[in-house]
Formats: sequence, C-alpha cells, structure tokens
Amino acid sequence: MVKVEINGQVVEAREGDMLIDVADSASISIPRFCYHKKLSIAANCRMCLVDVEGAWKAVPACATPVTDGMKVNTRSPKAIAAQKAVMEFLLINHPLDCPICDQGGECELQDVAMDYGDDVSQYSEAKRIVGDRNVGSLIQTDMTRCIHCTRCVRFGQEIAGLKELGATGRSEWMEIGTYIEKSIDSELSGNMIDLCPVGALTNKPFRYKARSWELKAHPTVAPHDSIGSNIFVHTRNGEVMRVVPRENEAINETWIADRDRFSCEALHSADRLTQPKVKAEGHWSSMDWSLALQVTVEKLKPYLANPEQIAILLSPNSTLEEVYLVKKLANALGINNIEHRLRQQDFSADQYGINQTLAMRLADVEALDSVLVIGGHLRKDLPLLNNRLRKAQLNGCEVNVVNPSGLDYNLGIEHQVDTLSLVSELASILKAANELVDQDNQVELAAVTFNATHTAIANSLIKGKKSALMLGLIAQADVHYSKILQLASQLAQTTGSSFSDLPAFSNTVGANLILASNSADLTNWLANGKKVFINVGIEPEFDCLLADQALRAMQQAELVINLTAFDSVSQQNYADIMLPIAIFAENAGTLVNIQQDWQSFKLFASAKGEAKPAWKVLRVLGNMFDLEGFDYTNTAEVLAEIKALNLSIKQPDYQCNLDLSVITPTPSSLVPCYSVDGMVRRSPALQATPDAQLTNPLN
Amino acid sequence: MVELNLCCYRNNHLDKSWDIDTYISQGGYQVWKQVLSGELTPQEIIDEVKVSNLRGRGGAGFPTGLKWSFMNRHSPGQKYIVCNSDESEPGTCKDRDIMRYNPHQLIEGMAIAGYVIGASVGYNYIRGEFWEPYDRFTRAIMQAREAGMLGNNILGSGWDFDLNTHQGAGAYICGEETALLESIEGKKGQPRFKPPFPASYGLYGKPTTINNTETLASIPMILAKGGDWFAKLGVPGAGGTKLFSMSGHLEKPANYEIPMGTPFKDLLSLAGGVWKGRELKAVIPGGSSTAVLPADKALAMNMDYDSIAKAGSFLGAGSVIVMDDQTDMVKSLERLTWFYYDESCGQCTPCREGTGWMYRVVKRIRQGKGRPEDIETLKDVSGKITGRVICGLGDAAAIPVASFLQHFEHEFRHYIDHGCSIFDRA
Ligand SMILES: Cc1cc2nc3c(=O)[nH]c(=O)nc-3n(C[C@H](O)[C@H](O)[C@H](O)COP(=O)(O)O)c2cc1C
Ligand code: SF4
Ligand code: SF4
Ligand code: FES
Repeated sequence: MVKVEINGQVVEAREGDMLIDVADSASISIPRFCYHKKLSIAANCRMCLVDVEGAWKAVPACATPVTDGMKVNTRSPKAIAAQKAVMEFLLINHPLDCPICDQGGECELQDVAMDYGDDVSQYSEAKRIVGDRNVGSLIQTDMTRCIHCTRCVRFGQEIAGLKELGATGRSEWMEIGTYIEKSIDSELSGNMIDLCPVGALTNKPFRYKARSWELKAHPTVAPHDSIGSNIFVHTRNGEVMRVVPRENEAINETWIADRDRFSCEALHSADRLTQPKVKAEGHWSSMDWSLALQVTVEKLKPYLANPEQIAILLSPNSTLEEVYLVKKLANALGINNIEHRLRQQDFSADQYGINQTLAMRLADVEALDSVLVIGGHLRKDLPLLNNRLRKAQLNGCEVNVVNPSGLDYNLGIEHQVDTLSLVSELASILKAANELVDQDNQVELAAVTFNATHTAIANSLIKGKKSALMLGLIAQADVHYSKILQLASQLAQTTGSSFSDLPAFSNTVGANLILASNSADLTNWLANGKKVFINVGIEPEFDCLLADQALRAMQQAELVINLTAFDSVSQQNYADIMLPIAIFAENAGTLVNIQQDWQSFKLFASAKGEAKPAWKVLRVLGNMFDLEGFDYTNTAEVLAEIKALNLSIKQPDYQCNLDLSVITPTPSSLVPCYSVDGMVRRSPALQATPDAQLTNPLN
Repeated sequence: MVELNLCCYRNNHLDKSWDIDTYISQGGYQVWKQVLSGELTPQEIIDEVKVSNLRGRGGAGFPTGLKWSFMNRHSPGQKYIVCNSDESEPGTCKDRDIMRYNPHQLIEGMAIAGYVIGASVGYNYIRGEFWEPYDRFTRAIMQAREAGMLGNNILGSGWDFDLNTHQGAGAYICGEETALLESIEGKKGQPRFKPPFPASYGLYGKPTTINNTETLASIPMILAKGGDWFAKLGVPGAGGTKLFSMSGHLEKPANYEIPMGTPFKDLLSLAGGVWKGRELKAVIPGGSSTAVLPADKALAMNMDYDSIAKAGSFLGAGSVIVMDDQTDMVKSLERLTWFYYDESCGQCTPCREGTGWMYRVVKRIRQGKGRPEDIETLKDVSGKITGRVICGLGDAAAIPVASFLQHFEHEFRHYIDHGCSIFDRA
C-alpha cells in the first residue's frame, strides 16, 4: 500500500493503481469520458487531466499510476485550466442542440459541461456534421454527437469479441462506424448505448419515448436466462419504458444481454391478453375473472377423478412462488404431471437426481484454465457466462468444444469437434482420458476409438489445475442426454474437472428445486397425449423442443387451459380457456440463478388490462377448490413457506451402466436466442436482428 | 571550408553507390563482420556509441547509446529493431537519399543495432511516397542476403538476423514511433499512450528499439573510425556530422552533410544563398514542427542543438526551410496549419479539435475576413493544446502558430486591419 495526497487528503492505495480509481475510492470526482473501469485505457479524451506535483504538464488521471508520496491536485489552477480547455475543445464541434437529443438529461458531456464549460463559445466556425449510419434495429446512431472516446470500439474488441465498430479517417474526419454499412450483431451490443457518454449511440426502440427525468428506476432481475442479470426497469407513470443494467460484480458486472434490454417491448405487444377468455362452441368470449375461474373449475372437475389424464407445462422462467403454488395446487388435486424442462426429451437420468447448476461462482469461471463445452452455444444461450469464459480464454484458458458444426464463437477455441453425435465423441474423449491416466477402460468403451484431437482435449482437462466441463442446451435437447450426463460426469472425474450441467432459463434452478421429486415424462405426454393440458406462461408450440408433437397434443386434448400473457392465433385454435397473467415488471417473485442466488424482486408496473400475476390466480383457484393453505396476501409469504422446506440440490450419482450400442446421431436442436420465450419473440427490435431472421416461429 | 559528406553520404558521389560491390569496396560490412566474429561485444558497441555523442536524428535528439542500453539483450523472447524512414515532416528529405545512394550502410547499421539489443528481426518503415528509395532498399536487402550478410547463422556466427521493409500509406503520424508500430501491425496509425515505452512493450508487444534512418546509418562509421572521431566532428553537446535538408528560397536547395555546429551562414552559402539575390526573412531550422526564426537570429546561430535552442528554436530533424523577403507569413502559416489539421490522427481531443480551429482562423485572416480578436484566439488555442495531448504532433502543431505570431504578428494584424497582405499595400 502507498499513500497519495489528493487535494490535501491522504488516501491509501495499492501501488500502480490508476489515479482516477484512487480518487474515485476517496469520492474525489475527476471528470472523464474515455475511461471506463471495464475497458482498456485509451487516455484519448484528455478530460481527466490533473496536476501532479513535479510534472510540468497536467497528466491524465486515468493513465497515471500512483506512487508513494505522490501529491495530486485536481482543482488547482493548472488542473482546472487543462480541464476547461479540453471541455472547450469537445464542445466546439458538438451540436449543442440538447433539447432534440435523446441523451439529453443523462448525458455525461452535458453534466461535465455544466461544471467546466463556459457560457459563450469563442468558436464561430461551421461545426462538423457526420452522416448517420444504420447499424440495425437496436442502436440508433447520431454520429455528429460522437466525441471519439472509443468506448464503443473498445467494448467490441475487448468485451463482445467482435470488432464491429472502429475508427476510420484522421483528425476531424475521424469517424466511428462499421466501415461497410452493416448491422451491429453482437448479442451484447446494447451495452454500447450505456457506454456511449453522449447521444451518438442511443436505444433505438426507446428513441424519443421519454426523457430521463420523467423516469423512475426500479431494481429487478432479467427473466430470460439463468444468469439472473440485475437490471433497472425505467417506468413512466407505471408504464415500462426501457431496461438498463444494474451493476453487480458477482453476476452480470456492468453488462446485460440484448435480450434483457430489448424484450421489454413485449409488455406493450398488441397481442397481450387483457381479459379472461373462454371458448364455447368454437367462439371465444371475454368474461370477468370470477366467471372465467368458475368455468375453469367446472371444466376441470370431471377430470380430477383420474388426475393422470392431466399434465401441467410450466415456463422455466416462472417465479419460484409460481412454481411452488402450481405444485401445491396440483398435488392437492392429485395431479403429478408437472414439467418445466420443455426443451428436453430424454428424462431417463432423472433416476440419478437432477443438478443443473454452475459448479462454481460466475466470477470463478474467469480463473479456469481448461474448459470443455459439450453441446452448448454459450455465446447466444448464456451471453454473460460466455463473457466470463472469454476473459478466462484471453488469460490463457484453453477452451475446447464438442458441438454441432456452424456455431459462431467469439473466443479462441483450442480444439473443436464438430459432430452430430455428442455421445460418441464424448466416449472417445473419455477413453482417451482413461488411457492418459492409466485407468482401466470399462467394457462398454471397448469398441470406442479416439484420435489426436480427443487426446488433446482430454490432456488439456487433465493438466488444467482448474478445469471444467460444461453441458449446454444442445446437450440437454439430445435424445441421449442421460448418456451424455453419464459420460461427461465420468470424464470430469477421470480428468479432475468440475462438472456443470448448465441451467438455461431464469428459474430452471428454482423449478428443479421444487419439482425434482415429481417424476415426469414430458416426451410421453406429448407423444401419446393427455386429456387435459394446463399451460402456465408458455406457448407449447414454440417453447417445447418437440414443437410439432406439442401442438398436436394440444389440438387433440379435450381441455386446454392457458395461463398466458399473450393471445396468439395458434392458442385460440387449441385452447379452451385463456387466463391473462402479468409478466416481468408487472409481477413480483423470486428467481434462482445459475449460481443459486435467490433474487427476489418487487412489482412496480401496472399489468395490462385485467391481467393478474399467476400466483394470485393460483391462490384463487386453490380457494375455489376449497383447499387448505391458499390464503397468501403476498409473494413474501409464499417465499417464507418455500424457505421453510429447506430444499436443496442433491448431487446426482450417475451410474455408468453405459449402453453405447444404440447411439444414433441426432440432428442438433439449436434454440435460436431470440426465440427462447414469449417476451423475446415479441420484441420487434430483437426480431429485426440477423440472429432472429429465419428462426423465430412467430415470424 | 566546410568538409562535406563524411558519414552517411560518404559514398553518394560514387557510380552505382547503392550497389553492394561499391559499398564493400569502400570498406562496407567490415564492422558487421567484426561484430559477428566477436571482436566487438554489444557492451563495447554501446560504449563506443556513447562516446560518439550521437543523438537521435529523428527529431528529438535522444542519445542513441543510452536508448540502446534500455534493452536487455538477454531477456527471453522476440525483440525487434525498427528503423523509422517515414520522413514526412515538411522540409525533410535527408533519409530518402540514404536509402537511394547508401542503402547498405543503413542495413549494416540496422544489423549491428539488432545484434546489440538482441533482435533477430528488423523492420524498415518507409514513407509511402518513396518509391525509388523503397525499391533501392529492398534490392539492397536481397543483395545483402545473397552476400550472406543477412539470414540465418550469418557467416557461421550462429547469429540470425533478417530485415523486412514496410511501406507507409501516406500519413505523417506514422512517423511517431508508436503509431509506426501500430501501422506495422496492420492497425490504424495512432500513437499509443506512453508508458509503456517501446523498450518494454513495442512491436507486437515485444521489446523494441526504434531509431531514425540517419541515426542507424551513422553506426558503421562510428565503429569503423571510433566514437571519438565522430564526437570530435561535432560540438560538446552533440557529436558527428548532420544531414541538413535545405529547402525554400535558395539557389541550390539540396541535402548537405556537414559537421554539427557549422555556422548557419556557411550552410546558407553552401546552398547558394537566398535565391534571386533577395534578402533573408525567416528560417525554420528543424522542420515544420520547430519555431520559425527571424533572419537576424538565424544568421547568428550555429547548426547544433544548443545554439539553435539559444536562438529560440530546435534542431529537430535538420530540415531548414528558408524564406526570402517576399514571403507572406500569413499564407505560410495557413499552409502549415492545414498540414497539422490534415495529419492529426484524431484520437485526442485537443489536437483533433484544436488543429482545425487554428487552421480555420488563419485561413479566415488570409481571406481578409479576420477579426480583431483572432490573434488572441490563435494564441489561446495553441496554448490550450500544448502539453495536453498524447503525442508530439499536437504540441508540434502549436509551435508554428505561436512562433509566427511571436515574430510576425504585424503581418497578421495588417491582414485583419486592411483585408490584405503587407505586400498589397501599394
Ligand atoms: C508527429 C511525429 C512525427 C515523427 N516523424 C518522424 C519521422 O518521420 N522520422 C523519424 O525518424 N522520427 C519521427 N518522429 C520521431 C519518432 O517518434 C522517434 O522519436 C524517432 O524515430 C526515434 O529515433 P531517434 O532516436 O534515432 O531519433 C516523429 C515524431 C512525431 C511526434
Ligand atoms: S459513438 Fe459514443 S462511445 Fe463511441 S466513440 Fe463516439 S462518443 Fe464514444
Ligand atoms: S496529439 Fe494529435 S496526432 Fe498525437 S495522438 Fe493526439 S490526436 Fe493523434
Ligand atoms: S478519462 Fe482520462 S483521458 Fe479520457
């Protein structure tokens, strides 16, 4: 530790820390534009110039490491002269038409100019004008406002791993752009909007919708993947306007995925279901809640005599409270068929137990030195886990993949096995690993062959001090998922690696906690049909892996009850009752993420029309069936009840009774990242991106 | 009588001076052989270069022996020696003639420098517009390879060294050493923030030494004739001869290699004096980035660092721009401010924004639309750039503006007051 004196105040710091961080830690503010703690240092804006004793010129605080005894003045005449000069230079070519700029009110340039700018400009020449570029449906550009801080450029190179933006031209002609007109396609692209200190890059769907000072920020959690990214939702008069990241170093750092940012558009989708609806003789009629629920109870009752005829399909993004109440209600009615793992078809490993979690904290991923990803397109499925993995890779971690071909990686892959048969490749790697550690091969592996790549991957895992196996959504969708689990866990053991069967959705972990004891067989229900389906928060024809079968099962069922936020044509065809539920910001509850953080959030937006949070609907249904214990007044009471159960994940013990004789290659099933849930499917901005083209079933 | 062409240009007068046979006939590659045979150790070479009092010829005048000593020859990993032949400073054309007429001396210098710092690979970054020099230098490399002076296990010494050329694309900023490295790496030519310096983080992140063409081409002669010989050619503050590019209103504009410390007057007469029998008005002694001096100060100075500094300017790259008494200083400054405006890399705010501002104001004055406050604005803006930028270009852009106003403010005032130049008075 060294001691630095800033404006007369003695501050302790680690030697080599940048002056700007040290000043921040002591709450001494130094103006800045190009500096960002998550990006490399560019030192190009020169706004952070301060006065360091002994230096003839003012030095940039963002690029000056502290030394013991350093004396700094951020407010001396020399420092202020430098800061004001830079401010003046920044403003001469800036439009200064803040009233028509979308960044107005939350602009770093505006803020700093209030402190360091002059009222009257001595610059009387014509200002620079830069042509705008269309970079796609998510980001609006207004490049005349750009102050060339290169944060967006560095973000692309360093974080997103795609050099989509760059600087071309010199001097005043230096422009930030894509060079050849194209869209910015990173799944993390929206973060550039937050990074851009001015109104050069703004949120396109949100453009001109509201002013920052009209907005109220509410902390909550993003419900699209198992990261559980922390976000703020900005509302105006109770209406959701936009989403921005909420910093949480342990989870999402300062980033969010584009899915988390832009899918809030879906709240205002034209097909929101706003009133309960019931179909009678082929005709839908809207009715009030009490009537609709009465109809629901009456229609359901005849089937309760044989509850085996009923299956409940539940969104893996449902809150913990909703999952719990679904199970409580269902079990009280004798229904045991409940499933949320809709993108899975092989459930035979359930017998060993279920553990879909990350075997470490997200931050620890950065310290891994060898990783094997099996059947997972992490970049698109879990963008912020991928971001951690990318950091590890840049630090020297070897990342190997066994995946279907054609996936687009944004990090360096050491060895890549392209395959349609994850099982056979995994068996080969396991055999290679067994040989490397001189372990006897099981008889089941006798016929398995392996090549140099398999050996290299096995060797990488073995020699890694912190090595990890990760299974993704593609593996989970495989017809041989249970065999993959068996082989992978064995490989993890042999090579001394951790093993993570990654949860995909925002409450996969929570739903598994509550539903693990329900033995389920979704594939069978869909293939052979059930008389009654109750769907909670999903569109089975899009959310199930076996989509065609799901649709047929719905069409052939005698009764389909949908608790849904959306009123789609296909549901109208097969459903009998549609009950409108609140989603996202209109709801309160808890989500359990990939590293088992229980994150509760509050309700702060008014639900559309008559829509109600699903937990309330379930509670009323409980009452209407005269069931005990459905008298909750809020989600906190439900949560308390769940906590009292002390649920925990049991580590599965996969038996390696492998039968590899019947392995057939399976066509891979990639879930397009902008089709993963009903909200994402209803964000026009996301649907206009290349990632969504050709893949969204609603398009 | 001033003695000419003692070092870098010593072979220029010979027939086919660029040919390896000519070079060898003049004792070329002898030092390189000595070095390879172990007769001269890296430390001895550094000591000799220190004795020679050679200061970097790229403009900053940094002592070369000291720069080389920053490199750890024995540290593991790749190291690079880079020669800066970007030569784009207005007024400079001295390095061009080394590559045209004496390329092998540069190759020998680079090979020795590489050996000293432990670099087995060298790059020569050559200004994009230099076609003939590029061609000559590239051919010279091929000849040197054929002659076994470059390549693997050179002359059985166990030492490898090879050279590459890299052609610039017409940006002045790529002469700044870290922008040059970025450019070799295939990136946009933009200076890096320093530290780290190239000696620790250079080309492709590896330890790198960058020297000017003239600096490196001086090495073989220093080692052949001794550091002392070189030092004595010059003055106490700087040894050796120096190449001066004499341009402007001269009877015989050309490059002249003369001993450091030669009086400017003598250099002027070497170049035939001011053309058309006119009077001297002003001199920019070291390239456009150095302050302009009025005639009296210039005529009193000697061509070495200290003397020029005392006169109020800088020796820079030795690019002497001579202006006669008919020169319109406002027009001259307009052209110079355009140059820096055009050539700023654009990454840091004061230079990107300030160079254009200065150009526009000078241009307005020259167009006869100047305002009384414009001179203050120019002084203010140039002052606000200085010391607040990443690289020397920003500071350099402010120097002509400040110095032209310091010595010739009345010409600017005349434009502002009368809408025309002092020559239009009648
Ligand atoms: C804007 C700018 C342009 C420069 N152009 C050149 C150049 O064309 N040639 C050169 O040798 N040095 C140039 N330099 C200086 C180099 O950065 C560097 O100091 C020099 O190459 C070091 O060589 P030396 O130690 O042999 O002088 C330039 C510096 C700046 C700031
Ligand atoms: S677009 Fe924004 S973030 Fe990118 S360089 Fe310009 S001001 Fe900076
Ligand atoms: S001073 Fe000018 S040329 Fe140098 S880095 Fe800054 S903008 Fe680029
Ligand atoms: S914040 Fe330090 S130079 Fe930009």
